[in-house]
Amino acid sequence: MAPAVPGSPAGEPMPRRAAARRLPKPDRRELAAIFAGGAVGTLARAGLSEALPHTPTGWPWATFVVNIVAAALLGYFVTRLQERLPLSSYRRPLLGTGVCGGLSTFSTMQVEILRMIEAKAIGLAIGYTVATVVVGYAAIHAATAAVRRVRISA
Amino acid sequence: MNVLVWAGVVLIGGVGSVLRFLVDGMVSSRTGRAFPYGTLVVNISGAVVLGLLTGLALSGDAALLAGTAAVGSYTTFSTWMLESQRLTEERQVGKAGRNIVASLVLGVAAAALGQAVGAAIR
Repeated sequence: MAPAVPGSPAGEPMPRRAAARRLPKPDRRELAAIFAGGAVGTLARAGLSEALPHTPTGWPWATFVVNIVAAALLGYFVTRLQERLPLSSYRRPLLGTGVCGGLSTFSTMQVEILRMIEAKAIGLAIGYTVATVVVGYAAIHAATAAVRRVRISA
Repeated sequence: MNVLVWAGVVLIGGVGSVLRFLVDGMVSSRTGRAFPYGTLVVNISGAVVLGLLTGLALSGDAALLAGTAAVGSYTTFSTWMLESQRLTEERQVGKAGRNIVASLVLGVAAAALGQAVGAAIR
């Protein structure tokens, strides 16, 4: 995550390394929030993947859908929590790191792409990769823009 | 497929998410936040392990618990995309592009490596 540094004077940005080093050690309640959110997100993802199985040459709808939904939610949560709501210790770990992180998956996507390549479905592998990245990126962008639009007009 | 297995999915999913947070934090505190190496390390290491599990040809509940729940929750797509989008917002388009391409190339290579190792020791 690359947080903005609102406190730093203009033209003299706080060095990112220094900002990273000052991060507090995770407290137990923060870890508990991540655990709880991650459990919920993982359950939803695992449930969908069991409900929508796919062959190596079929479109992995379960992974595609959870990744796009998680990206949209994360863009919404992070923008709202960083730019709109007062500082809260546990919403970001619960909703962002926990729910969205547990709901989305990178490793499953990579293994799916590998299986498509092995099955010589190169077009599918490229299409699936590009579609996931483009739609996932667009979902973050759209959710971020939606939150900011509300702030400006409020 | 029963209640115990799904309770396992819930618990393991929570643990995988906490592990992701800790590894990301450890890597980021060493490399700084200019480039999202933390997420990259998490995702590539997860791709190796899931490739390994695929090579071992786990099936049924074992695949669900070890693969979908554990490694699936440890790795993240949403944070990878968020960090890429935020880099672009900061006009660091080159870094964002490198983050996306490097993750994909290394990710598939890592999964292939893990799968080959898994198939060899099966």
